[in-house]
Amino acid sequence: MADDSRSGFTRRDLVRGALVGAVAATAGAKTPVETDRAMGPGAIPMTLHINGETHRLTAEPRVVLADALRDRLGLTGTKVVCGRGACGACTVLVDGDPACSCLLLAAEVQGKKITTIEALASDGRMHPIQAAFVAADALQCGFCTSGMVMSCKALLDHNAKPTRDEIRHAVSGNLCRCGTYPHVFEAVERAAGIRTAEANTEPSDFSAAILPPMSRQVSSDQRVDAGVAEALDLEEA
Amino acid sequence: MSKDKLRLGFNGRFEEKEVEIASGDPAPWDPSQKFSILGARTPRLDARAKATGTARYSIDVRLPGMLYARILRSPHAAAVVRSLDLTAARKMPGVQAVLPIAKSGDALRFAGQEVAAVAADTPERALDALGAIRVEYEMRPFVVEIEKAKAEGAPLVFEGKVETKTSAGDAPGAKKALPRKGNVQGPRASDKGNVEHGFAKADAVVEGTYSTAVQTHSALETHGVVARWEGDELTVWASTQGIFSVRDELSSALNVPLAKVTVLTEFMGGGFGAKFGAGVEGVTAAKLAKEAGAPVKLFLDRKEEHLAVGNRPSSIQWVKAGATKDGKLTALQLIVHGSGGTNGGTGTSGPLKNVYACDNVKTEEFDVFMNSGPSAAFRAPGHPQGAFALEATMDELAGRIGMDPLEFRMKNDPSEVRREEFRIGAEKIGWASRDARRHVPQSPEIRRGVGMGAAIWYNTGGTGPKATVTIHRDGSAEVVHGVQDLGTGARTMVGIIAAEELGLPLEKIAVRIGDTRMPYGPGSGGSTTTPSTAPTIRAAAWQAKNKVAAAAASTLGVAGDAVESSSGGFAVKGRPDRRLSWKEACARLPEEGVSATASRAENHPDAWKRFTAGAQFAEVEVDVETGLVRVKKVVAVHDCGLVVNALTAESQVHGGVIQGISYALYENRILDRATGRMVNPNVEQYKIAGSMDVPEIDVTFLPVWDGVNNTHSVGIGEPATVATAAAVANAVSHAIGARIRSLPITPESVLAALDAKPRTAANAAGSREGGRA
Repeated sequence: MADDSRSGFTRRDLVRGALVGAVAATAGAKTPVETDRAMGPGAIPMTLHINGETHRLTAEPRVVLADALRDRLGLTGTKVVCGRGACGACTVLVDGDPACSCLLLAAEVQGKKITTIEALASDGRMHPIQAAFVAADALQCGFCTSGMVMSCKALLDHNAKPTRDEIRHAVSGNLCRCGTYPHVFEAVERAAGIRTAEANTEPSDFSAAILPPMSRQVSSDQRVDAGVAEALDLEEA
Repeated sequence: MSKDKLRLGFNGRFEEKEVEIASGDPAPWDPSQKFSILGARTPRLDARAKATGTARYSIDVRLPGMLYARILRSPHAAAVVRSLDLTAARKMPGVQAVLPIAKSGDALRFAGQEVAAVAADTPERALDALGAIRVEYEMRPFVVEIEKAKAEGAPLVFEGKVETKTSAGDAPGAKKALPRKGNVQGPRASDKGNVEHGFAKADAVVEGTYSTAVQTHSALETHGVVARWEGDELTVWASTQGIFSVRDELSSALNVPLAKVTVLTEFMGGGFGAKFGAGVEGVTAAKLAKEAGAPVKLFLDRKEEHLAVGNRPSSIQWVKAGATKDGKLTALQLIVHGSGGTNGGTGTSGPLKNVYACDNVKTEEFDVFMNSGPSAAFRAPGHPQGAFALEATMDELAGRIGMDPLEFRMKNDPSEVRREEFRIGAEKIGWASRDARRHVPQSPEIRRGVGMGAAIWYNTGGTGPKATVTIHRDGSAEVVHGVQDLGTGARTMVGIIAAEELGLPLEKIAVRIGDTRMPYGPGSGGSTTTPSTAPTIRAAAWQAKNKVAAAAASTLGVAGDAVESSSGGFAVKGRPDRRLSWKEACARLPEEGVSATASRAENHPDAWKRFTAGAQFAEVEVDVETGLVRVKKVVAVHDCGLVVNALTAESQVHGGVIQGISYALYENRILDRATGRMVNPNVEQYKIAGSMDVPEIDVTFLPVWDGVNNTHSVGIGEPATVATAAAVANAVSHAIGARIRSLPITPESVLAALDAKPRTAANAAGSREGGRA
């Protein structure tokens, strides 16, 4: 909100104040970017490498990566929730590492390899972590899911068999308001092959005495579409 | 109409009841029914879209030429607008429309109230333009503390009548005309029996004052819309729990015929009660779009979301209760003051009036207005607050008469469903050994505690919803129903009910929801979506299936009533060899297939009725050196009628429990006394439980065949969060041997409670909590 009180800074305030600094910092980074001069204040051309494709766009230097993705490039899978790096909803991978795209200036990540949620599935086939999110119902409203999936992918990329505590830590920067965490933990364990799909086919603690007279429990994996099953097989193999 | 004998009840104990079934509605399922998919763990239909980032939320909608809008909000807790100059803003680069929301002379009653709005070609330029709006405010005295707001001579939030801009779904009770004195409105009162006589009969009486902080909904997708005009027709993509209530509000606010307003919600990033109306932002976006002649996106940011679009009111509850020494409640009394800022609806009496049996119950509920953002309905309005005070009181009373708190509740709980849930939960949490577990030999600074609480809910859904089911010639089916899925799994629930009734795999069903051009769907509030929608879908599917059966009968050359469903097809009664498979029967349908549109039948008044019951138990560890509380385990046992989807129902209970833990230990909207502004309008200082705070959660559903509707379905969203904070608070008290009467329970309040404990000889020389066994 517009606020003359300055009682809380917003991303955009930060960006305004830090622009020169950010530009200077980028100049020192290993990727060569022409930043030895002040950029803007008007729109400038930028080139971003996203999901293996090169995107050219024109935007003001204060535009953060999250907004460039969502508002300029139509990659709306990445979500913005807090706008200040506190919730993880906008998590993308920058050169393979998870980062909050609301805290990065788009101009600053030129030359870096950006991976967003849109790139995880390929040829209509979900990444195993996505398939596991589907099977374990590791999502409710789904608004934190993109960021959550990216954090979990980054975890599994670096640690194939994480412990429960390592999973908790890996998503500790991802806020879920629906409270889906237990199923997120389970999804990561499934994708890592720590927990098999069978372990989850029983309804949680329905005791036999009070179970409704159902002819069968449909295994969640039977209900998952072919793409999911494939992906799960893939990771179990 | 027909009278059917139904077997209703739970846990293998069924009674036969004669229930009148409306024509066009199938009879509720019998307990012997074999289900193909109902109650199984079914991944949601839209999970893939969400997991791959392709799900399009309203905030993701991008239209050609779309503008971005922002709202200028008052920085002052109380002010009068003296002048509003939009000239400079109109001249800012990229600005296409500027609109006043307040006008000169208007009173602004909280920091964050809407003043004006702009639409520009980029989000950044819209923000810049806000800075060019010139407003002169005359600052007024304000009050943001409930005790001060109650006091005589406090600055009045409303000089004249209460003028809160209301939107659908505002806190319940807010609109009732009640007496008002100063900033205090009420009471809403109830009086049963005679509490004075009840207290006189009691062997033990306890009283205490319990307070709870304001909680903000904090749905991850903020409030907002994308609005587009095409001629005189308006289309709005909204983040809403009620597409039809948003349509109605836009229609009346903009004076556009209902027929010319369409509201769409394909995907929705959470609501929790605060998203039923178009709101100021929705109406403003539509006006800006009209003025600019271009579509407009207006979504709030996180700070605005905390300030202006709803919260769970605070409460200060004085509770007094009496019981006989053999454990019967004799009287319950509640006086509650709460503040929903500029809105009312702060009542918390639900649990106290409805959970435990008591002949003498008196309640008085007061709204205290203050200069903060308006409340809105929030997941089980009033109930987490009320349960916290009631369940603490039950524990204290049990302690006073020397009775186990579980036994005390069992003696006073009239709900046989909940008593069974208490038994199951107590077993799972290890209630019997809870005292023995309090001390942890290897960690002398840790105390363990176990506490419990009861959940109650009331709604069983109702009439209004309609749905159309079409069966195509290839045997597939399409369900069209104007409900929205907040993340609860409603879309999947619709598909499962149709699949179950039609005997089809879910893959053969297309589910279309989230559009006001569809048959009417209910707003998603009060945990009524499933019990309103599921029976509607089933009735439509049943009617459509009957049409296929009639067509099959004619193909088989017999009368319509001479065929019956038979292993996935239709057969002449008594002649299983003369049959058509489902595919064969459908192949003979006309090109357009067959369709049926059904309306939700009335609830059966003569069914097996009960309040929805739940029981939760929590185990905590408290570090008595630091005051830190960690919840280790929660056992949640719930009545969800017949569960439609065990997987998503479990997710929802996880969510209710985690929100309850968050409410018990963390969430607290803090207003600055000096400026009246919220000092933590973000998600790092407004602390919400995260992955590190989540305990083991053990979920059990107790199936109940109530016969109220044809699917025995009941909502679980709200019951799942009613008892959690109460159970956690009771567990903390059990752990440390001292009662904390305010939420959130912080390390500071734990240490203060330990310090205030009466010292015994055993602990006088020892540690803070002392008395180690």
